[in-house]
Parts: sequence; structure tokens; C-alpha cells
Amino acid sequence: MSVLVNKDTRVVVQGITGKEGSFHARACRDYGTQVVAGVTPGKGGQKLDDIPVFNTVAQAVRATGANTSLIFVPPAFAADAILEAAAAGIKVIVCITEGIPTLDMVKVMAALKDTGARLIGPNCPGIISPGQAKVGIMPGHIHLPGPMGLVSRSGTLTYEAVYQMTLLGIGQSTCVGIGGDPIIGTDFIDMLRLFEADPDTEGVVLIGEIGGTAEEEAAAFIREHCRKPVVAFIAGQTAPPGKRMGHAGAIISGGSGKAADKIAALKAAGVTVCATIAELGQTVKQVMKY
Amino acid sequence: MKIHEYQGKELLAKFNVPVPAGGVAETPEEARQVAESLESGPFVVKAQIHAGGRGKGGGIRTAATPEEVEEVAGQILGMTLVTPQTGPEGRLVQKVLVEQAQEIAQELYLGIVVDRSLMKPVIMMSAAGGMEIEEVAAKDPGAIIKEAVDPAVGLMPYQVRNLAFGVGLAPEAMKAATGFITNLYKMFVSLDCSLAEINPLVITKGGAMLALDAKINLDDNALFRHHDLAALEDPAEMDPLEFEARKHHLNYIRLSGNVGAMVNGAGLAMATMDLIKAAGAEPANFLDVGGGASAEMVANGFRIILSDPRVKGVLINIFGGILRCDRLAEGVIQAVREVDVQVPIIIRLEGTNVEEGRRLLQESGLTFTVATDMQDAARKVAALVQ
Repeated sequence: MSVLVNKDTRVVVQGITGKEGSFHARACRDYGTQVVAGVTPGKGGQKLDDIPVFNTVAQAVRATGANTSLIFVPPAFAADAILEAAAAGIKVIVCITEGIPTLDMVKVMAALKDTGARLIGPNCPGIISPGQAKVGIMPGHIHLPGPMGLVSRSGTLTYEAVYQMTLLGIGQSTCVGIGGDPIIGTDFIDMLRLFEADPDTEGVVLIGEIGGTAEEEAAAFIREHCRKPVVAFIAGQTAPPGKRMGHAGAIISGGSGKAADKIAALKAAGVTVCATIAELGQTVKQVMKY
Repeated sequence: MKIHEYQGKELLAKFNVPVPAGGVAETPEEARQVAESLESGPFVVKAQIHAGGRGKGGGIRTAATPEEVEEVAGQILGMTLVTPQTGPEGRLVQKVLVEQAQEIAQELYLGIVVDRSLMKPVIMMSAAGGMEIEEVAAKDPGAIIKEAVDPAVGLMPYQVRNLAFGVGLAPEAMKAATGFITNLYKMFVSLDCSLAEINPLVITKGGAMLALDAKINLDDNALFRHHDLAALEDPAEMDPLEFEARKHHLNYIRLSGNVGAMVNGAGLAMATMDLIKAAGAEPANFLDVGGGASAEMVANGFRIILSDPRVKGVLINIFGGILRCDRLAEGVIQAVREVDVQVPIIIRLEGTNVEEGRRLLQESGLTFTVATDMQDAARKVAALVQ
């Protein structure tokens, strides 16, 4: 039915007593997600509505059986929060925080390697398996359960894509925002592999943008390993070189990271690439013959 | 964040990475004084702007005496330097770096970046000093020696040997090279650099190893723990509108077209620019007002977009997620009233409470063109600029 999160997912929200954390903990719960715990150091014993707050992730996991974490702590403390979740045995860690120093993420990724934990993000909207669980900040109501997997480096662009599909009656198995930073825990290839193996995902929408070579690497993977159709869009065809377009990772530097190269690589791998985001929903409909 | 060469060299010196003796000057007299304080001529006078290729545009000159330094500095200071990286409009030179000229025996390249795929800092070295590393990578990738550093153990001596011997340095140069590379890496990590590029790194005829140029970029996300470094930013190097936008926590980048765009979310903002282009027009800017855009931020965004005299129309593209469309519509209406907008505005609203948002816009008495979807918005933009 889905990948990464489902109706059995048990979420602990790190930074639950903050403004963002409390708002989105409630929104996730209201969507139907099992939000079983929150963590704010020093505020253990409190409650957010009926959600118990703990001082540490380890305590939260022991008391509630949480297996997935959703992180809203400020950038300076985010690396610590991610590694705390991993050390407590959390297997899916979703980090929403934007603005984490790149070298902090270098350390985090090296330390996560042997823990078996999967990090989504940072600087991402999170994960939703429509109708089952929302572990992120996306508006739940625009989604529709169904057969398309979606993976994207962007937030609102993902909502746009989802909304177009939903209006056409095309539902989604799982939508994952992998984040707009240069160093992220889960990349396109990881998600393509999961979607390829998920019996209920029939096709994949991949939304990339300028900067780095993740889309080119995804194209090489798709050519070798993906039997399910992939529809893609790459944002930033008109972006000038050397300028960071909002996301820390969205920059064309030294001739690398251009949209044209990414589009060419994806097309060569048999991916249908939309010329503009406005065509995405219709393109999915045609390619999938829905 | 980019900083000037002279600032980069000051940081290098703090980390014991050797740089030529020199100093920065804002007037020809100061330039002469810097030259006089140095041991002897000849000297080099280097324009300080945030763009490469300065030599080609006449921004780097030699001078034999302090008097000549004053004369050359007088020519460079105040000039609008056009290089392959500045664009045709060029950049006004307000500072020069005056240095002791070096007798160069060998030029090398040394650079450190964070490799996104490897997720580690990577040190690159090549014997092709003075050339753009991308150019070397395209022509002869084997000429670049790379070492990825494991953050847990740090830079190991064998990696330094791989680099230095790899580019063909003589055993006598090894001690200087080890210190140079190790200290540059220390600086990269300590200061949260996103790029530390020494091109060229030179070996002088006297056998000294020096950073002849320095391109140091700092990670904006890490400036919260380097308050002293944030002060190194030079507003004169930024587009005035971009500088103004940043004060209001808006992500704005000025482009050369005539259709302004105001969007929530960076990805959607880029996609909207692309859509404007696909419709046959040119985007005037990138502007992400953020997921939680307030009426005030929308107003500031408007003001900045409309400060660009080229803008002939504005496309507002908002996908209301957590942020409700009715709130956004209120913000837009308030902003348009405050800012006194004189150009046509096309609004495309979608998402949470969209009906209420559209109703507010229609009843505001202001002349908005409401687009029903992205395709419709694109068509309306095209019609606007024809």
C-alpha cells in the first residue's frame, strides 16, 4: 500500500512544545497518524493534548514504542536531534528543519551509516501515505490514496503536483519530500528502489531541481533497475548560474547542476519529462493510461 | 556567502596558511603606503571584486615602485571592471589588494569542497595551477588528485602524501605542502567553509609555498556560530534589491526579464519562472515568500519586485497548504493598497480555502486577473507581455 510510513507507524515528535512542533503534531494526529509521543528536553511529564512529552527520545521509545521520528528543532540542535533518534532505535527519521550547516550533515551522515536508521531530509516537507499516515507538514487534504509514488526535492512544488493528480482522480501510494539541502539522508535512488519494490505503487513521479547531480544519478539507476514508468519535472530551467535559488542545494556551480543536463539524462533513461509543471497531472494520466 | 580575496587571505594567515605579504587599500595613497611598508618591489595591485577573471579585464597589474603602485591603484580604483564572470555591466572596484610580487617556479591548484554524492569534504589538487578546475576536469580528469576526508578521523597524513606526490611535488616540498594542505583543511572545517580554493598555489623560486589567490565561500547556514565572519559580507557586491530583500527575510534574486513573480516555496518559484519563460515571456526575478508568508512579507515582496523598473506585470502564484488562501488574499489586497501597484497583476491561488480567497480578491475592488490554474496563468502572462 505504501512505503516508509503506514497506519501502523508510531510517531515521536522532537521539538513538540515549539510553535511549529505543536501545530504539526496536532495536524498529523488529526490526519489519523498515530502520534504517540513528543520530546522536549526539560519538559518531560507534560502533555500536548493527550500526547505525552518526554525528556529524551530513548524514554519516549521505551514508554510508547515509537518507531518513527519527526523533527522540528532549530538548525543549531538538529544534528544532535537526528543522532539522538537514531541512538534510541528509531528507524525512520524525518527532519523538517531548514538551515542546518552542511558540515553538521557531513558528520550526521557518517554517524548514521551503521545505525540502520533512514533519514528523510533535512529541509523537507516529510512523508505522507495518503489515507494512512502523514509524517510531515504537507496539507493532508489535497492527497488521495492510490497507485503513484512521488519523490521530490521541493515542498510546495510537490503539493502542486499532488493536487493536479488528485483533481484528475489519480491517487498516491506515498509522497516523499527528500529535501532541498546539498546533503540529504535519502536520495532519489533510495526512493526509486522502495517504490519499485512496493507492489501497490504502479508508477513514480520524480520532481528535481537545479544543483548537484542527483537527477543524473537517478537517471542511470532508472535505466538499469526501474520497470515502473517514471514521469519527471525539473525546476530551474531559467535559473542563472552561481545563484542559490532558495534551497541551499539549488545552485548551478562550475557548469554542473543545470536543468538541461538533468532533463537530457532522464529522457535518455526513458523517463517522460514535463516541459512545465502545469502539464504534470495530464502527463501522468497519459503515461499511466489512467 | 562570498568574501573578498583580501579577507580570505587574512583568514588563511590566521590558520598559518602562507600568503604573500600585502594589504588592502581604498585610495591610491593608501595603496602606496601599503607598498612602502612591504620589503621591496615589484608589487602587484589586485582589484577586489567577487568575480574571477580579473586579470583579463585589467584588474590585476604589476608596479615596480610605490609611486607606480599609487598610479596603478588610481586607475583600478573606481573603474567598472568587466570580466567573464561579472556580466556586461561589470563591477565597480572600491578596494585593491597590494602585494609583494612573487618569482614563480611552479603553479598548482588546491581546492576543498563538500562533495554532495560522497557527503564528505573532498580535497582536490592539480599541477595545472591557474586554470579553472572545471576546465581541467573536462580536458584531463586524471590530472586532478582527489582525497575524500572521513569526518570521524579527519585528514590523514597519507592523504596529504597522495595529493602532494600525486601532483608531482618533490620530496623537499613535502614539509611545506603538508603544512599548507593540513592548515587549509583545518580552516575549512573550523570556519564552516563551503569552498576554499587556492588557485594558483605557487612555489616561488626561493622554494616558498604561497596562496597567490584565495576564493573562500562560507556556509550561510553556519553563520549563526561565526558572528565575526558574517561581518565580512560586502553589501556593495550584492544587487541592491537582493540586499534589501534579505533584510526582510525574503529569498529574492533579480533576473533580466519583465514579468515579476511572487511565489511561496523555492521549487514552485523556480517552476513559475520556467512557466513564464515557456509562455514566451522572461521572468524578472525569483521570489520565495516562504511557506508562512504574512501580509507584511507579501507587501515587502511587492515593494521589492516593483522597485525593478523593468517589471511590466506581476504573476502571483500561491499554493496554500498549511497557509490558507484567504489569509494570503488578505495580505495581497492589503499590500496592493499600500504599495500602489501600477502594473497588471495575475493571481493564481490554489489549495486550502481557495474559494474564500478568490472571493476576497474579486470583491476587493482592485483589478486583479485571477487565473484558474498554472496553464491559465501562463496564457495570461503571455497575453500580458504581448
